[in-house]
Amino acid sequence: MAMMNMIQALNNALDEKLAQDPDVLTFGEDVGYFGGVFRVTDKLQEKHGLTRCFDTPISEGGIIAAAIGMGAYGLRPVAEIQFADYILPAFDQLVSEAARLRYRSNGEFWSPITVRSPYGGGIFGGQTHSQSPEAIFAHITGLKTVIPSNPYDAKGLLIAAIEDDDPVIVLEPKRIYNGPFDGRHDQALKTWAGHPKAEVPAGLYRIPLGQAEIVRAGREVTVLAYGTMVHVALAGIEEAEVDAELIDLRSIVPLDVDTIVASVRKTGRCVILHEASRFGGFGGELSALVQERCFDHLKAPVDRVAGWDTPYPHAFEWDYFPGPARLVKALRRVMEY
Amino acid sequence: MNPPRLELHVPTPFARPGEKASFKHLEIAQAGIVRRPEIACAEAEMRDLPYALIRVLDDDGNAVGPWDPSLNADHLRRGLRAMMLTRAFDERLFQAHRQGKTSFYMKSTGEEAIGAAPSLALAQGDMCFPTYRVMSWLHARGYPLVSMVNQIFSNEKDPLKGRQMPILFSARDYGFYSLSGNVGSRFGHAVGWAMASAYKNDDKIALAYIGEGATAEGDFHEALTFASVYRAPCILCVTNNQWAISSFSGIAGAEMTTFAAKALAYGLPGLRVDGNDFLAVTAATQWAAERARTNRGATLIEFFTYRACGHSTSDDPTKYRPADEAEHWPLGDPIARLKQHLILIGEWSEDQDQALANELHETVRAAVKEAEAVGTHGKSKPNVREMFEGVFKDPDWRVTEQRRELEI
Repeated sequence: MAMMNMIQALNNALDEKLAQDPDVLTFGEDVGYFGGVFRVTDKLQEKHGLTRCFDTPISEGGIIAAAIGMGAYGLRPVAEIQFADYILPAFDQLVSEAARLRYRSNGEFWSPITVRSPYGGGIFGGQTHSQSPEAIFAHITGLKTVIPSNPYDAKGLLIAAIEDDDPVIVLEPKRIYNGPFDGRHDQALKTWAGHPKAEVPAGLYRIPLGQAEIVRAGREVTVLAYGTMVHVALAGIEEAEVDAELIDLRSIVPLDVDTIVASVRKTGRCVILHEASRFGGFGGELSALVQERCFDHLKAPVDRVAGWDTPYPHAFEWDYFPGPARLVKALRRVMEY
Repeated sequence: MNPPRLELHVPTPFARPGEKASFKHLEIAQAGIVRRPEIACAEAEMRDLPYALIRVLDDDGNAVGPWDPSLNADHLRRGLRAMMLTRAFDERLFQAHRQGKTSFYMKSTGEEAIGAAPSLALAQGDMCFPTYRVMSWLHARGYPLVSMVNQIFSNEKDPLKGRQMPILFSARDYGFYSLSGNVGSRFGHAVGWAMASAYKNDDKIALAYIGEGATAEGDFHEALTFASVYRAPCILCVTNNQWAISSFSGIAGAEMTTFAAKALAYGLPGLRVDGNDFLAVTAATQWAAERARTNRGATLIEFFTYRACGHSTSDDPTKYRPADEAEHWPLGDPIARLKQHLILIGEWSEDQDQALANELHETVRAAVKEAEAVGTHGKSKPNVREMFEGVFKDPDWRVTEQRRELEI
């Protein structure tokens, strides 16, 4: 089995879907000949042809509008938005059009589009290359939002997203494209080499959207995370020396609420970890769901560890980024409550 | 000498309520004088056209000049019927709103040719990406009137299951894409749809409408950019009816240029067409369609027309423009002009016209009556389970749980 980093796994998913389904095509800014600024579409144009992997104007609204039109025709377009920070010009297209087309037309038209976008911090990208906008998409009825945390999942989730008949946003944590990152920024960079989740089989396989994974079983506290934060969570749990159960949500819409509830009912404690700023973040929804469904089992208030409620600050990357030390504090808070 | 002080310019229309309505500022050239370039003509060779006005019907009802599409009399009568049906339907449903039978309605008065002519000019399988006020597209293709009224009444038999406001139709089998209330946001879908058709080596093309007011939206420019870059086989139409609710076309930039001329910067052919002339609208659509089908890419067409009614049932145009402004519109009424032409060429008569008007009145009345029997707005609605259907292809637990919470 091949060892791949996340970029290679995503590239491999696209490559295999392009080969298997003539109605799949992919496009975006710098996506064609060059292969994308993060190389996710590397060599796909050369391999599959100019009309199947091509460059677009710098026009996120135009990219998503074109994708929706192609989807209405019957294609399965995969659009790349170069950074999730730049997705907002396309927000109206996603909210007012892609998310509602099926509903308002009573199923006459729908939007089987996939929107891939690198997201998240930890790369000194400042305000415009670091944001985590997942909560604003989760709030929009009709959109699905997927966030892989490793190469194996990235391939399986992207294939499932492309084959899904509803619009799916795949947010790719760019900090872990080349290797897992546990938030300890002063330590040597790791690659995916040797990581069990970097073993990516050839051939099409799917990870169903809405199926969380229990990354680490435990009895004392449930930690909910996705994307880069799964790796931060593992480090934090180890450091806090608690018997925590770590759940990688993998997709926030659809959300695997059953796995969350079963875990919290068992552990009686819950800590939610995400990079996005806290107020109005997806952690709020998770916290509410846990409170609504597990209240009688809770031994401590649900705790949230998240980015601060400031714009993403360039020079203060590591003051902002919720690393393992902050999770350790939260774990101790809920354990000592 | 002191330099001049800067002054902020805010466009204002020529006449407001109480003032004398006038369109004297418009230069309306005579019919038949604009050249019709060959289909293969390069865009660079026709940059005069966005500033001209393509007209076929002259003041007497003759079809003149190179843009005469030479339609047979049956086609013309079908067009007349579609436009007259649209108007009869509009009158009846507008009245139904006054009677509380629907929550909302919008008429197309004066703009009936803009939907009807392209609907009859394009092929089955082509796709229209509509704005509101092109219901004549559906009337021209025989969309069932009762279904239309059921949608407008949001009743139990509403084909869109009560999920969308009145007149924001979707009718895939009639080549009519899902309409919505955000202006402009489907313009780029037409381009993407057309790109998909080209990608599949299909022969289908797309046609999209946008109002002149909405050309200020980014969607318009994004769509034109994509259409130009990828030579998408589509026809992009600006319905310039002079008014965006209460804002006259100057607020959208009409003081300085034409909407057809927006095509120039994108390297697309731009046609400016008398939108109240069924023949001119047909001819321009056919010309652009032939270019699109032969890999010559997109055309931007400005249909120059006048919104002879209010914006919607929620609007009173006498609050911002002279009450009689419509009567001064120099390009007349599309129905009256086509009728005049048909009579002139001996293919129609006043008696036939009256008989058709009576028939359509009766047809609409019967359709409304049938829909009323199902129920009007608030008196009947689709099963409330429909509220939870179609959010996703397969419902997720939220929909299932919330439906249970509502005890349905």
